[in-house]
Amino acid sequence: MTTTSGTPEERLLASLPAHDPAALDRLRARLAERAERSGLLDVAYRTVDTPVGSLLLAATERGLVRVAFAVQDHEAVLADLAERVSPRILAAPARLDAAGRQLDEYFAGRRTRFDLPLDLALAKGFRREVLAQLPRIAYGSTESYARVAAAAGSPRAVRAVGTACATNPLPLVIPCHRVVRSDGSAGGYAGGAAAKHHLLALEAAA
Amino acid sequence: MEPFERIVTDHGPVVLRVCRAVLGPDDAEDAWAETFLAAMRAYPDLPPGANVQAWLVTIAHRKAIDMLRANRRRALPVGDVPERPAETGRPDAWDGDLWNALRALPERQRAAVAYHYLAGLPYREIAAITGGTPDAARRAAADGIRKLRGTYPARPADQTGADR
Repeated sequence: MTTTSGTPEERLLASLPAHDPAALDRLRARLAERAERSGLLDVAYRTVDTPVGSLLLAATERGLVRVAFAVQDHEAVLADLAERVSPRILAAPARLDAAGRQLDEYFAGRRTRFDLPLDLALAKGFRREVLAQLPRIAYGSTESYARVAAAAGSPRAVRAVGTACATNPLPLVIPCHRVVRSDGSAGGYAGGAAAKHHLLALEAAA
Repeated sequence: MEPFERIVTDHGPVVLRVCRAVLGPDDAEDAWAETFLAAMRAYPDLPPGANVQAWLVTIAHRKAIDMLRANRRRALPVGDVPERPAETGRPDAWDGDLWNALRALPERQRAAVAYHYLAGLPYREIAAITGGTPDAARRAAADGIRKLRGTYPARPADQTGADR
């Protein structure tokens, strides 16, 4: 299709396509692969569709560094990664193959624990200590914020445990959804209350 | 600082267009890949507020010069190169008639046309990239366009806007 819009010079060059999605897809894949081989791909990411919505998965060379729900705004999460980890970020699904597969199995009820290298660069101090406690809460069971606080060595830090769960950079994989209120109600969740209920119901049914 | 992925999304198409106009269909994609790999390496050191598009075109220009030099080293005499048919088989495809016309321009003119009319860079920026003065860059672009008009006449549809 040709057009009369633009200057005469733009019309003269109009047969050079301004958009060539097929070529750019090919080139982006090639760039991701070469960046990976050259050690330049500090953060690789992809999104996966799950029963709790689209999830962003991001990994450094050390391991999975971020899992984010759609309600957390994937663009904002990528901007945060650029700021706090490295701006050398590309959509590069290969590094997230194992994480994507294990999440599929988890949502299908065929996986009860994740076996992935993790990079906890986004969790510091006490929050990180809290997160280190969570994998010991077994699939299908729950624990109160108060008990997690006690296990982390600070029984009075119940509120800080809540914050650590709310800011968990690796939800699902580090199971903060298994931490609930002492009265048995679910409490808050970065992915929203409906997502937390879905995960607890999934694990209770398996 | 924006994620580099965003830079690829925002500027990848224009850089590809520039690489195609300067280097043609055989080398454009290699130049694009080299450009973005080098840009990704340097990206964390890019000063805040820098003109990202001019920066990318500067890198692409260096890559293009390297490739043109390498091509000349193993070059056949130009007369022996057969006329390249349009790869898509369409008579209006860029890699046929337009590339043949662009390829006939001196490199400096082809670069000035691409950087000004495809990347939208002002002549001052182009002079900083290619060397020489802004006036010389302006003349190179004008001469290039004039020659293109002679060797690559606009088709009737380009003048009437009719779809094909």
